[in-house]
Amino acid sequence: MSKLVEGLYYSKSHEWVKLLGDDVALIGITDFAQSELGDVVFVDLPEAGDTISQEEEFGAVESVKAASDLIAPVSGEILEVNEELVGEPELLNKNPYDNWLLKVKLENNDELGSLLSSDQYADFIK
Amino acid sequence: MENLKKTCLYDKHVELNAKMEEFAGFSMPIVYDSIKNEHLAVRNAAGMFDVSHMGEIIVKGKDALAYVEKIFTNKVSTLIDGQVIYGMMLYENGGVVDDLLVYRLNSEYFLLVVNASNVSKDYNWIVENSNDYEVLIQNVSEDYQEIAVQGPEAEKKILEALNINLQDLGFFMFANYEYKNHHLLISRTGYTGEDGFEIYASEEAIRDIWDVLLKHEVTPCGLGARDTLRFEAALPLYGHELSADITPLEAGFKFFVKLDSDIDFIGKNALIAQGEDLSRRIVGIELTEKSIPREGYEVYHNDLLIGHITTGYLSISVEKPIAMAMINRPYTKKNTEIFVKVRNKMIPGIVRDKKFLEKKYNKTKGA
Repeated sequence: MSKLVEGLYYSKSHEWVKLLGDDVALIGITDFAQSELGDVVFVDLPEAGDTISQEEEFGAVESVKAASDLIAPVSGEILEVNEELVGEPELLNKNPYDNWLLKVKLENNDELGSLLSSDQYADFIK
Repeated sequence: MENLKKTCLYDKHVELNAKMEEFAGFSMPIVYDSIKNEHLAVRNAAGMFDVSHMGEIIVKGKDALAYVEKIFTNKVSTLIDGQVIYGMMLYENGGVVDDLLVYRLNSEYFLLVVNASNVSKDYNWIVENSNDYEVLIQNVSEDYQEIAVQGPEAEKKILEALNINLQDLGFFMFANYEYKNHHLLISRTGYTGEDGFEIYASEEAIRDIWDVLLKHEVTPCGLGARDTLRFEAALPLYGHELSADITPLEAGFKFFVKLDSDIDFIGKNALIAQGEDLSRRIVGIELTEKSIPREGYEVYHNDLLIGHITTGYLSISVEKPIAMAMINRPYTKKNTEIFVKVRNKMIPGIVRDKKFLEKKYNKTKGA
């Protein structure tokens, strides 16, 4: 059974969004995503200052066997990249909800409305 | 997955929570727990693989030796009874039908172990070419189940678990053994670059052996680790480094092709014509920036497309982004600067040899 965290927003491409303030959010991948991937060995992320656009690819998480594109659940400007993951990508297997990928300044909070709640996401991955 | 074939160990894989996926028409375990852990178990201790999906074809009869010589690239004539040899079967144009192991039981009885995905193709091809020979050809894949036990502790684990002493079995040699009234054929062969064994037996015996090895802490390994292990040892996988469109010379396996012998195996003339003047060949590649070169990715020299990756990983044991790639001449020279296109980014690297890892075969006892 995949772990879920209540209060996060989930995308169908298995990213989560955690709202930190009015328009600042963390983005990560779900427990379901890390478990499907297996041993994560590399995380390919953009840089702070870059922008991401909802439903567009912004990087990849790679396991031993395959590369899986990261799809932006929301649009915005990247404030910070979790550099810890570059050295220790396996943290995503250990705890995908604490180990976020990007901190972003949201461009449009309305986009959150197109994402799933934890209950809806739980149904989606059933 | 209902229509997929199952090996006799299928229920055991499911019990171990393996991730099952289709491979060559079979539902096979890709990974049990972690490809990385399974890979390292084989490099450092012992791992076992269900390879019951592999195909087995018998060639026997008065002309068996002559016929195997005709369809096989490596030198069969000097094999002794109980010896195994690796090589390929080729089409007339030099493309590869399959790569395989040939076991010589005696001069009138050979066992060919072929890739699961190629069994029917191989069988048909072997039958089609046999008209002028007095041979009987049988596809016995259903009767032969197989476990590969690989790693530096493989010999010790088999002794402890099965009470079979393989100390005197030479590299690429095989023999028959008894185990609880079952008949086993065991060879000192494998597909990992480590010392190890391949055990062929009936379903009942293989199921028993799997359980006993598991109790003796031999790590069950899936096809995921099988691929990362064989890749680091620069062993080819049919459909990647070898295919109907790639000759063994282009793949860099000249060693397994005896062009200077007086045996005219099928495809030999095409290879002689191809000669040293290859327009492309498979080389090693190492990226100099952190990224992962994966199968199918394009390889460039400046802006020029010069080839593609056939297999690549962020190697588990070597801990570098390395790959095998089919590259056009003249960019096949060592230290040629190349770029691999990864998600529309050009990642720099160089051409290198394929000796990613020192193989640790046990060749103390030989033929």
